[in-house]
Amino acid sequence: MAEAVVGNTSARPALLAHAARIWGDANGVQRAAICVAVLLLIVAAFAPFIAPHEPTAQSLISRLRPPIGFERFKDGYLLGTDELGRDVLSRSLHGLQLTLILAALGATIGLLLGGTLGLVSGIAGGIVDDVVMGAVDAQIAIPFTLIALLTLAIFGSSIEVMVLVLGLYGWEQYARIVRGEVRRLMAMPFIEAARAAGASGGRIAFRHVLPNAVSPLVVQFTLSISNIVLLESTLSFLGMGVQPPTATLGSMVGIGRDYLPTAPWIVIVPAMMILLVTFAVQILGDWLRDRADVRLRDR
Amino acid sequence: MPLLSVRNLKVAFGATEAVRELSFDVPTGGTLALVGESGSGKSATALSILRLIEREGGRIAGGTITLHEDLGPVDITALDEPSLRALRGNRISMIFQEPMTSLNPVLTVGNQVAEVFIRHRYMSNRQALAAARDALDSVRMPDPQRRLSQYPHELSGGLRQRVMIAMALACRPRLLIADEPTTALDVTTQAEILNLIRELQAEIGMAVLFITHDMGVVAEIADRIVVLRDGRKVEEGAVAEVFRAPRHAYSQQLMAATPKLGSGSPAAPAGAAKLLEVRDLTTRFTVRGGFLEERRSIDAVRGVSLSLGRAETLGLVGESGCGKSTLARSILRLVEPASGGILLDGQDVMRAGRVELRALRRHAQMVFQDPYASLNPRLPVHDLVTEPARIHGVVTARDQRDLAATLLKSVGLEEDVVDRYPHQFSGGQRQRLCIARALSVKPKLIVADEPVSALDVSIARQVTDLMLELQQREGISFLFISHDIAVIERVSHRIAVMYRGEIVETGPSQAVLRDPRHPYTRRLLASVPRTDPAGRRAFVQPLPAVSSPQPGARLREAAPGHFVRENAA
Repeated sequence: MAEAVVGNTSARPALLAHAARIWGDANGVQRAAICVAVLLLIVAAFAPFIAPHEPTAQSLISRLRPPIGFERFKDGYLLGTDELGRDVLSRSLHGLQLTLILAALGATIGLLLGGTLGLVSGIAGGIVDDVVMGAVDAQIAIPFTLIALLTLAIFGSSIEVMVLVLGLYGWEQYARIVRGEVRRLMAMPFIEAARAAGASGGRIAFRHVLPNAVSPLVVQFTLSISNIVLLESTLSFLGMGVQPPTATLGSMVGIGRDYLPTAPWIVIVPAMMILLVTFAVQILGDWLRDRADVRLRDR
Repeated sequence: MPLLSVRNLKVAFGATEAVRELSFDVPTGGTLALVGESGSGKSATALSILRLIEREGGRIAGGTITLHEDLGPVDITALDEPSLRALRGNRISMIFQEPMTSLNPVLTVGNQVAEVFIRHRYMSNRQALAAARDALDSVRMPDPQRRLSQYPHELSGGLRQRVMIAMALACRPRLLIADEPTTALDVTTQAEILNLIRELQAEIGMAVLFITHDMGVVAEIADRIVVLRDGRKVEEGAVAEVFRAPRHAYSQQLMAATPKLGSGSPAAPAGAAKLLEVRDLTTRFTVRGGFLEERRSIDAVRGVSLSLGRAETLGLVGESGCGKSTLARSILRLVEPASGGILLDGQDVMRAGRVELRALRRHAQMVFQDPYASLNPRLPVHDLVTEPARIHGVVTARDQRDLAATLLKSVGLEEDVVDRYPHQFSGGQRQRLCIARALSVKPKLIVADEPVSALDVSIARQVTDLMLELQQREGISFLFISHDIAVIERVSHRIAVMYRGEIVETGPSQAVLRDPRHPYTRRLLASVPRTDPAGRRAFVQPLPAVSSPQPGARLREAAPGHFVRENAA
């Protein structure tokens, strides 16, 4: 028990020191991205407590009210209301939460699925490689929206199905990238050196190949988070996404599009949030990639 | 008056100075060698003369480069881009180290050579192609008409370097800059190219600025020599003088480190027990044919037998593509042999299953040619050098760092580098890391595939010394592969000469080198540059063509322990 306490107290300053060092290494843009990311995460996590209204509460008498500072602004609706008189701020906060969960889960599933297939394909070669790459080609040939719509139409658009569909999105990109990297790496002398040392296939895959293939994966992961947010909005717009009245950033943009000339704030607020999410994710992704590479770390 | 005068040249890459206050003259019609190890600034100097240094991210920070022409001197550092273009490839030409990448792979040889004539001599396409044919003919290219329509990948390295030389000499330049033109070539091809450059130099009367790290090549070709170190000139003089009595300590060190053929081999260990026996090993590669083409198979290694005793070094020498690396990998079954037998310490390697094979690899480790690519860039040193030991359960995770420190000490590195990563080491240090990694499981055999070919001579010397020392201390056997017969002589008790997938001659080192029986061995030895300018070979030395060994021929014992391929003697 005493040991655990000692361990705890010594771990905390170490963690703080580590964080301080990371902050010290980062440049201006990266620091901004860290701030934005932390802020978005906090806001998304505590959305139910921060939001002034229920996201689905309608108030038809106060429809299409503009944000603060404009004529016809209504007290208590800081960023205005939408076509059913729902608070845009509250809906955006709840939408942010749901969107972040969907995007993170979706991108992670895609990464794991595609990454594993690519790794297996690249290392095994032969018939396994042919089959996996055949599936990748098939996936590229069929528009993903079609698959997504079909899946949602058959299984219904619950959150769980939605996560799975978004997870399927982009797996072929991961598979192709990982396979290419793996095949390049497998020809490197240090892989042969590992084989000559007596290393097993698993050791080569997870200790020598995968860590060296991480950089392009991180980049693809960050790209796919933004793509998934957009896909989710497409599906919502087509009526197959998360069902109304539940708010996601994508569905708010999709529905608000009709009111763009008269009530642009319905679109602008969630669109700004999407922008901030993608900005933070991309900058942090690049930064993470550089930090993960020992060769770039001390520059 | 010299043709080219370089005065107080300073070249900088960012804040680093690559060349500092360098002055030298290239005499008209003469050959000056710029000699130095990597990082000495010799290539930066060459690129500055053509003002190509800006493309590489460097800049000329001071000094003058004066080309003395018939119309008066020209300061190259002050020329504008159009005048430079008229100069390059016309009055000053350059040939590069890599004939594989210096030619454009999607253009025919004819087009590439003709371009020089179109650009500088304003010829029509047809005229230029005819001129290209003549140019190829003048560099002794066999069958020049047919080469015009071939692509670079259809030519061997030596032929490609001939194309490069034909392009460089197309406009009969006053000065040829040759930046390590033979480093990537086999020693027999190197001898041919050096001959060719000397002949053409006499024909055209051009001056040559020869850049190399190889003292043997300098002795063969140069009149004067400038020794560079860290961008500074440390010595300059006539070749004969510098070779006889180098004045500067660095020149002396460089001379001493250069392996010289005929300087003796280590004494063979007495009555060594057999460690490795290879019988009739054949390794076959299947080449996938194109559409409607049949699959072909190529025997990279054909019926090779060899044996290696404990604490013995067998030097395997041969040209690129002769199958020596494939043989090494086949012995460790990194490449699957088609047939034959391999006995390592009494255990049958050929019959070993997957798990047994991995266990067997504990006794036979490998060191590779490229120390930059054979270490995983993402692992710290303490993980890297102890990896084989971890795999074979020789060391626990707890003792890993201690083992790493011990290993580093035994290969002459500091213990406190255990937490660094490979990119923080120089080439020589990395090769030491590779050796430390091999040592971690106390192997009985180390297969070293061109372990010093990528290193500077002085570093290479240290690495081979380390290997000799380890052999004496730990009784390790080495299969040492190299294309450089002088290095092989220095480290090997016995030598095996490989040619087109077969061993054509094998025996005690001195017996093979002093009394070569097979024509290929003789040709190989005749091609090695003499490290003594006084012993420079006759002007033209036709090298006898060697026919491919006939299949099925056996090795015949010419002298005790000295075997030669039957059809040759």
